Amino acid sequence: MHLDVLIHRLTDYGAAVHRCADDEVAHVVDAILGGRRVVIPSGLPRHWLPDTVEALADDNLPTERIATADGVVTAAAVAVAETGTVILDAAADQGRRIITLLPDVHICVLRVDQIAAGVPDALARLDPRRPLTWISGPSATSDIELNRVEGVHGPRNLHLVIVPRGSHHSLDPVGDPHSLPQA
Amino acid sequence: MRIALFVTCLADTLFPEAAKATVRLLERLGHEVVFPQDQTCCGQMHINTGYPGEALRLVRRHVRAFAPYDVVVAPSGSCVGSVRHQHALVARRAGDERLASQAEEVARRTYELSELLVDVLGVTDLGAYYPHRVTYHPTCHSLRMLRVGDRPLRLLRAVRGLDLVTLPQAEQCCGFGGTFAVKNADTSTAMLADKMRHVLATGADVCTAGDASCLMHIGGGLSRLRTGVRTVHLAEILASTEATAGPIEQPQPRTGGVPL
Amino acid sequence: MTRTFLGMPATAPRGVGHLRGDEPFPVAARRSLADAQLRRNLGHATGTIRAKSAAVIGEVPDWEELREAGRAIKADTMARLPELLQQLETAVTAAGGTVHWAADAVEANRIVTDLVTATGSDRVMKVKSMATQEIGLNEALEAAGIEPVETDLAELIVQLGRDKPSHILVPAIHRNRAEIREIFLREMPGVDPALTDEPAVLAAAARRHLRRTFLSTRVAISGANFAVAETGTLAVVESEGNGRMCLTLPDTLITVMGIEKVIPTWADLEVFLQLLPRASTGERMNPYTSMWTGVTPHDGPQDFHLVLLDNGRSAMLADEVGRQALHCIRCSACLNVCPVYERTGGHAYGSVYPGPIGAVLSPQLTGVEDNASLPYASSLCGACFDACPVKIDIPSILVHLRAEHVTAYRNEHRLPSAEAVTMAAAAYTMDHLPLYEAAQRRSRLTRFAGRHGRGLPPPLSGWTVGRDLPQPPPQTFREWWVQR
Repeated sequence: MHLDVLIHRLTDYGAAVHRCADDEVAHVVDAILGGRRVVIPSGLPRHWLPDTVEALADDNLPTERIATADGVVTAAAVAVAETGTVILDAAADQGRRIITLLPDVHICVLRVDQIAAGVPDALARLDPRRPLTWISGPSATSDIELNRVEGVHGPRNLHLVIVPRGSHHSLDPVGDPHSLPQA
Repeated sequence: MRIALFVTCLADTLFPEAAKATVRLLERLGHEVVFPQDQTCCGQMHINTGYPGEALRLVRRHVRAFAPYDVVVAPSGSCVGSVRHQHALVARRAGDERLASQAEEVARRTYELSELLVDVLGVTDLGAYYPHRVTYHPTCHSLRMLRVGDRPLRLLRAVRGLDLVTLPQAEQCCGFGGTFAVKNADTSTAMLADKMRHVLATGADVCTAGDASCLMHIGGGLSRLRTGVRTVHLAEILASTEATAGPIEQPQPRTGGVPL
Repeated sequence: MTRTFLGMPATAPRGVGHLRGDEPFPVAARRSLADAQLRRNLGHATGTIRAKSAAVIGEVPDWEELREAGRAIKADTMARLPELLQQLETAVTAAGGTVHWAADAVEANRIVTDLVTATGSDRVMKVKSMATQEIGLNEALEAAGIEPVETDLAELIVQLGRDKPSHILVPAIHRNRAEIREIFLREMPGVDPALTDEPAVLAAAARRHLRRTFLSTRVAISGANFAVAETGTLAVVESEGNGRMCLTLPDTLITVMGIEKVIPTWADLEVFLQLLPRASTGERMNPYTSMWTGVTPHDGPQDFHLVLLDNGRSAMLADEVGRQALHCIRCSACLNVCPVYERTGGHAYGSVYPGPIGAVLSPQLTGVEDNASLPYASSLCGACFDACPVKIDIPSILVHLRAEHVTAYRNEHRLPSAEAVTMAAAAYTMDHLPLYEAAQRRSRLTRFAGRHGRGLPPPLSGWTVGRDLPQPPPQTFREWWVQR
């Protein structure tokens, strides 16, 4: 049920939602970013990436290089069904905040068991010491006549790929984010 | 039931028909209405203009006048709102805790007319007859301070012959606001213009409300525009019967309606 | 680290910042009311947001409980603000940030300017922030030869148009798409001359315009929506991604935050993250919220400064009635429902904080006599109180501030105002039955003023500009009562 609510909310915001098995993620990525340049965090499960993309692993890539990428593929930490939100916490399969900011297409892979019902539930699952980015749909503004318009400074295209429970788990060790191993 | 009438200084002085109608209505329903002669003004104007110190004597007078009664009614949401939400504060501000608790006691027994009818007396069909097309403006203090909700509408729907039409953007303030209409006359006039536009859009020939002050404001504007739409207090509609309602005109003088 | 004790509360200093207007509200309002285009823009925008907000609030079954929780957390916060701020300072410092205490606008501007100067950068990029608007930071930076670039779309529209913000959330709410297109064509270097007034096209133009700034500016300045004392976590809630850019890309981040923005615990965020977007933009959640705690190695700015701004807030805290204005989470719901704001717009209020909340915040921050007309800029209709997600009783504060103004005037002048004389006389009259009844009889004389009130002195004559006077009845109620 949380899943249905999440999909409804995300779609409402103009995000695209895909559902598939863990081993089909690469097909989805291929369909969206095949033949393009894609930034990936160091801990991203490699089987999510098709051979058709030019992968740019983030080992402290300079800003300018990240800015040249067409897209980015990451995992997520938590999602909030009620509000249609995915939350990134900079774990190794999500990477530094900058990589999900500059490319125009963000593909975010989410496991069903990462979906929290509401905001309280999500906060309880998060570690406040990590840098957190809450994303609810693509970049938007309501600054012109208070109408929501998609696409200002962040990624203008947000794709959520939802995979079943028990798929890939982050290998990122739980602990002090200030001593996270950097790729 | 013995009910004390809190007439409000505005109805006493300028809109006695609303108060008389309240008396007639309650007596028709079989209740005894008494009028505590010592009452004058609840002091709302003073409080809302920034003179709570000056209002203190009026709060004291009001509490003294109404303390002996179990049930008090006023044909005004605004004045009941002041009694309920401001009197004790004014007393406390002056350090008079005894007066504050007395004021709270009076406030607990004070009702706006539609509250009294629906909640205390438990009636909505008052046997009224009023053959007019009517729209209802929920005044801000009735709506938000007292939360009278749909009580006035339920009372109006039970009036025979009355064609009730919905007022667009009804919950928007008419722009009166007491001292506001004087200190910010231009903004007040702009708000009034929109309220009148909505009233006229309903095609109603009567605009009613539970507050004489807001009706004075709206009625003054409608009169200036010579729209022919009259403002009539809710109490007067509810007090009307086949015996009193004239076929064309209400007998009472209306806002701005009396030629010199 | 500089440190100023929060004791000895003072109001926001004059001559700096944007809390005081040049003219009283009624005068400024008259000009706004005459602008038909402005009235249309505001009516459309506030109508849109009211409908959106009502729809998403209607989805939340426990909205009233959430509002009450928000109110309770804020009341608790204000009751122990110094303790929570020290806890915040400790947590931020432990996570690698530096905390500065600024007693007022002058001190905050100096702290920020010094920090920027120390980086060697002559340009900063800014995330929309009410606190930095309040203290006039942009002017202070410019005076020090530093160029501030506003990155929020509405702030950019205001900055490019050499205009003033008129709304807390949507500073360019007074501009429609056609006007925005004209500003972009005139002021945005290298803009496509074929620019249309489609909102998506205008947004894309802003994206192109600011991209280089984001990638090349080494210092950013932000505000904060929330700061968690328990963890030292700061949160910025936004829509466009310009916030993420500023909070992620530069080497140095300086956050200027009013001291009232602190909340006690991490879990408290659950209340405000549910209240704010629905009350503010009418969304279930805003597109982006960034949270950070101090400095994270290799991720985001490696130099983080938090400037805690007082600027009159401690003085507000001392006022038991007025202090609840500090509960404000800057959602601007009260502006969107206010019948006065909808007709006058934000500029009439003179301060960066317009609308009902501005009418209670600005006079308290500056001292009531510096914004004496604002507490009266309301019909006390109460729509703001109903809309407020943290239940600030704005009408009661307005009434309270009116009394503060009357008292302040009395203390500063030897002679009472004409209004005070009238009010005292009216109260005396109404407290003496024979005088009251005589006054009632006299009021019948206003019949001779005519319906248009030509015989009336100002300010009562203002009433009759657009309304007819009620004609006193031949008999008062009490006369009728005695005779019946």
